[in-house]
Amino acid sequence: MSDYSDLEYISVSQVSGPLIVVDNIRNVGYNELVEIRNSRGDLRLGQVLEVSENHAIVQVLEGTSGLRTQGTSARFLGKPLMLSVGKEMLGRVFDGIGRPIDGGPPPLHGTQRDINGEPINPCSRAYPRDFIQTGISAIDGMNTLVRGQKLPIFSGSGLPHDRIAAQIARQAKLLQEDVDFTIIFAAMGVKHDVAQFFIRSFEESGVLGKSALFLSLASAPSIERLMTSRSALTLAEHLAFDENMHVLVIMTDMTNYCESLREIGSARGEIPARKGYPGYLYSDLASLYERAGRIQSSSGSITQMPILTMPSDDISHPVPDLTGYITEGQIVLERDLFQRSVYPPIAGLPSLSRLMKDGIGEGRTRADHPHIASQLFACYSKVKQVRALAAVIGEEELSALDKRYIKFGEEFEHRFLTQGEYENRSIEQTLEIGWNVITTLPREELHRVTEEEIDRYYKERVAVETLKSEEAENNYSGGNDIERE
Amino acid sequence: MKTKQNGIVTRINGPIVHARNLAGVEMYEVVYVGSLELVGEVVRIENDRCVIQVYEDPTGVKPGEAVVPTGGPLSLTLGPGLIGNIYDGLQRSLTEIHNTGRAFIDRGLKVHSLPADKTWPFKPLVAKGARVSSGTIIGSVQETPLIEHRIMIPPNVEGEIVDIVGRGEYDIEKVIAHVQTDAGTVEIKMYQKWPVRKPRPYKVRRRSDKPLVTGQRIIDTFFPIAKGGCAAIPGGFGTGKTMTQHALAKWCDAQIIIYVGCGERGNEMTEVLVDFPKLKDPRSGRSLMERTTLVANTSNMPVAAREVSIYTGITIAEYFRDMGYDVALMADSTSRWAEALRELSARLEEMPVEEGFPAHLPSNLAGFYERGGLVETLNGREGSISIVGSVSPPGGDFSEPVTQHTKRFIRCFWALDTTLANARHYPAIHWLTSYSEYIDDVSEWWRERDPEWLAMRNTAMEIMQREDKLQQIVKLVGPDVLPDSQKLILLLADIIKVAFLQQNAFDATDMWCSPEKQTMILKCIIMLWERGGEVVSRGAPLREVRNMACVQELMRAKNTIASDDGKALTALYDRIDEELRKIEESYL
Repeated sequence: MSDYSDLEYISVSQVSGPLIVVDNIRNVGYNELVEIRNSRGDLRLGQVLEVSENHAIVQVLEGTSGLRTQGTSARFLGKPLMLSVGKEMLGRVFDGIGRPIDGGPPPLHGTQRDINGEPINPCSRAYPRDFIQTGISAIDGMNTLVRGQKLPIFSGSGLPHDRIAAQIARQAKLLQEDVDFTIIFAAMGVKHDVAQFFIRSFEESGVLGKSALFLSLASAPSIERLMTSRSALTLAEHLAFDENMHVLVIMTDMTNYCESLREIGSARGEIPARKGYPGYLYSDLASLYERAGRIQSSSGSITQMPILTMPSDDISHPVPDLTGYITEGQIVLERDLFQRSVYPPIAGLPSLSRLMKDGIGEGRTRADHPHIASQLFACYSKVKQVRALAAVIGEEELSALDKRYIKFGEEFEHRFLTQGEYENRSIEQTLEIGWNVITTLPREELHRVTEEEIDRYYKERVAVETLKSEEAENNYSGGNDIERE
Repeated sequence: MKTKQNGIVTRINGPIVHARNLAGVEMYEVVYVGSLELVGEVVRIENDRCVIQVYEDPTGVKPGEAVVPTGGPLSLTLGPGLIGNIYDGLQRSLTEIHNTGRAFIDRGLKVHSLPADKTWPFKPLVAKGARVSSGTIIGSVQETPLIEHRIMIPPNVEGEIVDIVGRGEYDIEKVIAHVQTDAGTVEIKMYQKWPVRKPRPYKVRRRSDKPLVTGQRIIDTFFPIAKGGCAAIPGGFGTGKTMTQHALAKWCDAQIIIYVGCGERGNEMTEVLVDFPKLKDPRSGRSLMERTTLVANTSNMPVAAREVSIYTGITIAEYFRDMGYDVALMADSTSRWAEALRELSARLEEMPVEEGFPAHLPSNLAGFYERGGLVETLNGREGSISIVGSVSPPGGDFSEPVTQHTKRFIRCFWALDTTLANARHYPAIHWLTSYSEYIDDVSEWWRERDPEWLAMRNTAMEIMQREDKLQQIVKLVGPDVLPDSQKLILLLADIIKVAFLQQNAFDATDMWCSPEKQTMILKCIIMLWERGGEVVSRGAPLREVRNMACVQELMRAKNTIASDDGKALTALYDRIDEELRKIEESYL
């Protein structure tokens, strides 16, 4: 603690955007927490962004509206922003910097933690390998979530990302162990109804009592958003690594977070990189996302599911782009599927889970899982090509094989991808549907599954005849009527 | 080191700290900042004021705190104990930090780079009275069963051995020899210090005509890299840069692997730490970790240390090169390094050029890639450093500055393609946008294995190029209107993609493909192309070729036939030959 922490400075010389400049300071450290009082005595918190021998630049968390250069006082607390963490925070609702907003008293007996955290030593990490069954085929089958992974949902405005996240929170479970996930929810700049939706959904599934919510809604000052995810992750680290719990952190919406960061950067007169975002956006996002994972000295884990909306559905926008470079894959939602009422509208090709390879296969899910998943990807990618061709020459003109691909595409989207919001499929069901869907294609087209797997799981559909007539392609008679179940 | 007076912190702006009262410090001198003694480096001097780049999070540092100069630049400790270790950008051993019991990296931590208490079996190789100079090998230590660590006279020392210890177990602080030089007696230990930003000296550069065999078919056959060459792997997220880097680090035939994880994911480094000890080198049968050193500065570790981690990696690589080894350095990702440069440069208030990057970005990139190459070392051996740098262009757009400038300093470009990655065609190296300028250099090596190698490779490339043109027509009118001779191109291109270009990094058989197996599969494909084309031109329908049983076999050969099973490969070749003959006989 600073010896000067009882000093109150009234030397505020500038107020600009979210920043104030305090002059003639002594013994102030970088990143230190500041209490700011305006002339009416309202208290706000701030953080030192830059300090030199005679002045400090302070970022005011609750915004600077109503602050003047005269009559405003600042007190430097000699420590960075800390969060008092403990198990009794579960079941409670907090604001972005960890102050209760559910009317209850502040939690007692907490351990003080710097909300910025510290980097995990790669040497001390445990590699994530445990399959999480979310009950959603598109995720379990093709973009498997693994315990300790950071897997974001890339969405667009109006798409059902919240419903998917809530469904995952409701259904996620491990196959081997019977433990529930503890959910930590961080809302950054989202509307009030979105937060209400999650609260209601947690309540319905009975997990609200063991969840902690950090809400910094659209009405809250934008700077507070920078702290919200950090507060949430600080609690998550405590629960996972000190209390050995399995924590699922849902953060929404990362695009709002990045916008706050841009706001600060521009207020400080920094040189922007792409689209006005600061050059350190990547490092800053990494300081959040990299707090997911497992460590060897604890049995707990932090699984992160950040949600972000891609401005005008553009995946190359800096926020999804840099996120994709840090996270271990991405679940991409597709407007086209959504408009054809496919729920969940998870895009087949751009979605990816990097840790999938280690979480599936023999002893984890099933030996054929990696192969059938890869085969589905390959075939669906062919469907996209065939559809592009059909758009030019018309579906009628396609070869018999290509028509089977069109059929496969439909079955894949409407039987494999599509499921109910409360439908919880086991991994066996998912794989079974996958194999069943792929039987729309002749077995000669399958190169990514082994011969033995084909023998065991591939059940040829009735209309084998169409394949044999492939050579007689110009024969139109009844050729459209490919297999029926 | 002479003691200079301590400076005083005047301003803190993230990792950039300003200080005064530091007359006499040098550019790039290492200083300790504040009460936590955070490591920093002087990056700008103005009279007695200087600007310091701090390698750790400066939270809590206050103006008025002390800055202590150390008198020297940032240097590495090079000696036995490097192999199998994992370092942060400042060469602090992360294994040692892990052994302290903390899973997180605290600030101001000081740990040894090399194990101080471990002893090594030293074997002297020169006798008293021998003339030695920089680079002379005076002894050796069997560091791992794979690697003999050669103890060299440090640069800038020349003279006569006055005494040298006998065979025995010594720790690295033991003085193993004395050298009488013009300037006096110099103590030689098993380790030496070297500043990271300065390339280590060598005698002369040489042209390389040997390929770095990677066991990855598309690389070895289509876009080979020479030992001592430089390559770049650019690709948007999810296209498999790291997967390709891991595959190269696992299977390439360099003797030493330096893997630099620069601003990337922590779990990826953990994966290497978990996987490599379990994987066996296909040539020696030993664990891959016995030839690997890792430098990990993950994305959430301080950004200034990320900037230096690339140099840390290349300096360790040069040290092993000087012993006469072939070293491969994987830098994943150079874009994160360039971003670190950009961030620091912005805080130094330098004038930005393209996309906020500093004007000195190209010269920094050149300085890094030019430290690769095949050289004759000071001790007359041949050593090489091959550099493979991945590039992460924003939005997957290769026209951005880091990709463009990198292209100027590398000769091998493995462009990863999002469409291929989306179709799960891995490695997603696109055959039309990639190139290698080393083909001519290494073709002699391949010709010794198969005289037809270059011709076959070029034919395969030609098929792929013609397929691309045809696909543009197919997109408009569908494949059915094409004549059989053109459909054959489509068929062969499909076979090349499945049987040759796609390679599964997780399949025990397919993860590494020997040069012999590569040429054999290629030979089968070319035979199918040439003789298949012949029968089709004689009027045989394409389905005769397509429905040959051996085509399916060929497509699966990468998974079903082991790399060293020459017999099975020849048998496959003979069966294709046989089936083709049958068709040929019926369409005379």
